[in-house]
Amino acid sequence: MGNVIGQRLPKLDAPDKATGRTVYGHDVRLPGMLHGRILYSRYPHARILRVDASRATKLPGVKAIVTAADNPKTKFGYGKDNTPLKGEVVRSLRDEVAAVAATDAGIAEEALSLIEVEYEPLPAVFDAADALKPDAPLIHPERGSNLFQRYNYFHGDLAAGERESEVVVEADYELPYVAHAAMETSVVVASFDHRGHLTLYSTTQIPFLLQRDLAEALGLEGSDIRIIQAAIGGAFGRGLDIYPFEPIAALLARKAGKPVRIAFSRYEEFLAAPVRQPAKVHIRAGVRRDGLITFRDVYALLDIGAYVSWGTVTPLVMMETTASLYRVPHVRFAADCVYTNNPITGAVRGYGNPQSTFFVETTMDRLAEALRLDPVEFRVLNANRPNEETPQGLKVTSCGLKECLEAVAARADVESGKSEVGGQMSEGERLTSHFPLPASHLRRGIGFASTLNVGGGARIYRSDGCGAMVKVDDFGHVSLITGSTEIGQGSETVLAQIVAEVLGIQVEDVNVFNSDTDVKPWDVGVHASRTTFIAGNAAHLAALDARRQLFETAAEMLKVNPEDLIAHDGKVMVAAQGQGSRGAGEQGSGGGRHPPSANDRPLSVELGRVVRARHFREGGQVILGEGWYDPPTKLVDKDTYKGNISATYGFGAQMAEVEVDTETGKVRVLRLVCANDVGRAINPMAVEGQIEGGAQMGLGYALTEEVIVKEGRVLNPDFLDYRLFTTADMPELETIVIETDDPQGPFGAKGVGEMGGTPTAAAIANAIYDAVGVRLTTVPMTPERVLKALDEKHSQLTLPEAHRDDQDAS
Amino acid sequence: MPRLYVSLTVNGEPRELLIDPRRTLLDVLRNDLELRGAHRGCDSGDCGACTVLVNGLSVTSCLVLAADCEGAEVLTVEGVSADGQLHPVQKALVEKGGIQCGFCTPGIVMAVIALLENNRHLTEADVRLGLAGNLCRCTGYKKIVEAVLSVAEGAQ
Repeated sequence: MGNVIGQRLPKLDAPDKATGRTVYGHDVRLPGMLHGRILYSRYPHARILRVDASRATKLPGVKAIVTAADNPKTKFGYGKDNTPLKGEVVRSLRDEVAAVAATDAGIAEEALSLIEVEYEPLPAVFDAADALKPDAPLIHPERGSNLFQRYNYFHGDLAAGERESEVVVEADYELPYVAHAAMETSVVVASFDHRGHLTLYSTTQIPFLLQRDLAEALGLEGSDIRIIQAAIGGAFGRGLDIYPFEPIAALLARKAGKPVRIAFSRYEEFLAAPVRQPAKVHIRAGVRRDGLITFRDVYALLDIGAYVSWGTVTPLVMMETTASLYRVPHVRFAADCVYTNNPITGAVRGYGNPQSTFFVETTMDRLAEALRLDPVEFRVLNANRPNEETPQGLKVTSCGLKECLEAVAARADVESGKSEVGGQMSEGERLTSHFPLPASHLRRGIGFASTLNVGGGARIYRSDGCGAMVKVDDFGHVSLITGSTEIGQGSETVLAQIVAEVLGIQVEDVNVFNSDTDVKPWDVGVHASRTTFIAGNAAHLAALDARRQLFETAAEMLKVNPEDLIAHDGKVMVAAQGQGSRGAGEQGSGGGRHPPSANDRPLSVELGRVVRARHFREGGQVILGEGWYDPPTKLVDKDTYKGNISATYGFGAQMAEVEVDTETGKVRVLRLVCANDVGRAINPMAVEGQIEGGAQMGLGYALTEEVIVKEGRVLNPDFLDYRLFTTADMPELETIVIETDDPQGPFGAKGVGEMGGTPTAAAIANAIYDAVGVRLTTVPMTPERVLKALDEKHSQLTLPEAHRDDQDAS
Repeated sequence: MPRLYVSLTVNGEPRELLIDPRRTLLDVLRNDLELRGAHRGCDSGDCGACTVLVNGLSVTSCLVLAADCEGAEVLTVEGVSADGQLHPVQKALVEKGGIQCGFCTPGIVMAVIALLENNRHLTEADVRLGLAGNLCRCTGYKKIVEAVLSVAEGAQ
């Protein structure tokens, strides 16, 4: 390819981030800005009898107080069950009862303590299964049931699958709450102008949908609302819905007549930001004697909390993994999403996929073990292949699952080739990795897992589109105005690379504008690993359109046909024979072709001159390319849940090597090898960064991260007790990028944002089994849980050491 | 609450503050001195995003009272690049891909500078242990550690 695609380029925004120049949401300061604080409920479920803010109002510095009396009449959120402030009933401990805006945050905090709220506690329910019982307290009585949504998917014939099976395994899984733990907490600054139009500085991932949602929540028109996204210090799905703090900031700003900022403390972030929803899962799966998978049957019970957000749509992704990761002829997937008085759940990176990959891929290992098959060969045998449609209707185009599996397997045991795995106790000497041999209480093992994830958008709204504009100014500088959102993942740089490649310029010559709904064209939002694919295709189209306009004018200037031109080195130039844009597929780029050799009469003109020639003439025009890309996909059928939700799919596999301390239960991951089919790596360094960062989250999901919730209360709302992997905890991490050149991706690329962490927990669980022979079905796999599993095994069996000792004695 | 006069040096410049003695160094840096490179990620010393140097030692500025900095020399991320050039640590983080959302980056830059002040010949184990108080949610740390090692090796 050309100059820019495929290069390991630093992020364009990195120097400002490294020097402290970047303005994050937390850094936004407006003249006269007030500080808002929110009063949350004292009970997980209670009737509000009285709210008296009169003492708080009198505190000097307090400028506005809002309660449910200030709410607009409409409800908002995915289930239209939420209001900014709660008036009659609170349904969880994160329910907003009142909010204060004051001249500083300390005064606002003090004012909260002066607001008197009288509650009448109501019976509460904290378990999804209990919430389904007939006598359970109803969270939203007007709905008549705590069951918000039921999913029922099937393909094939489950009974036939059972009959064909040589082996059937089944297990129960329990999956925890997990926090995004973005380094920057949620923040919003709301400001009204003299016309009553709202500007919201926001950490949202869905600026255009938020415009609409906020309008609904505030009783405004969408056109009255402008969303500006300051630099976002990590998001990971947190910003995919409207949450009450955003309309609350606007209500306070309107009432005070001044801008209001609400910045969450870390405690608030754990309490009030949406979390990955906990689930209880039962899976049953079978395999034929020849190793082909026969069926999967899954039931998942999901606790979505007291209000509905995107947590309730994650079964769609769980279903995708269940039905379409590997070839599975017979599948049933059922899920119930249930209201409780627990924290609200939302979208978190992977969106149901870390959960489902954990139960699917550990089950795969059990099936392989039962047939005494090599776990990698078993997976390769059943792997999805290129250009096939799954029974669920996913149209797989490019597919490197087999290559990913083989790549990580090759790293499993570099010296001795394939290792013997599959339920055997690790003997230590089997692994020839460079780690020193462990002490006797330490056991080593390796495990594998694969992943399937949408890689070409995900149509969960009627549109999965993104707009882009490419402007070339009269200095030859290029601006890409994209609907997409930068959340740290590097989209700015990747999109700039795509534009630079088409226009034959350097990536530094592209400025990216992506943060203002009044400027940028529409986009669904940054989610589902969609930005490189969707926004990349849109930027590609816009750049081609701009190039067409440049060639049109340059052709007049150079007295040639536009088809004979290429864009290269900041110029439009006449191509050498046969190398013009005529006949070249539009997927290709001008920059990729060769400039004319020195022997040819060089005919070229700089971009800026072309633009000036277009401006300074009668009937002048700007160079402004536009692009809109909405992939050729479908909403899944609302009854069968079938359909091609994404234009392409990403695949990956991981190999984990662990060391289990049989005395303490502590699991140490020594190595994690990650291979991902990314179509094509537009920026390999950025791709690796996505995979490595995903792996950090996956390691946390596997071993340390759980928001512990008891009776609706978060018990570990800080980083001391909610443990992220640190530099000291990280294993040796190896990233392998597999390129399959996707036919529809921009320059062959597909999405990679979520896959880095989806198979990690399963790979580690399988490695733990390989090491010590226990199957963990709950994450995080903490020392307590590992030790408990070892104790249970011990009480049933003789420990291997004892077994060996016996043999030695005999 | 009576206010206190505090004189200190920030990034080489003498500063005089009249502050509420309860306020933290992080708060004063961000809100009085408009140095917002130090970030508030937790306000409890767990995340390291607010790391700055006080008299050459790396501290989480959310746990330091500004009033305790009388006479101190404070160095923040805004003060480490001379003549508009990136500091070698910043340059390495940029070029090796050690920055994604960047919220943790200023704290990491300062923590690494302090590590290198102590020991120019850092091993991977030194770096991993030395940065264990700086959380990052984006990168998986690999490229951060590689960047730091490239600087440490360069310094040998």
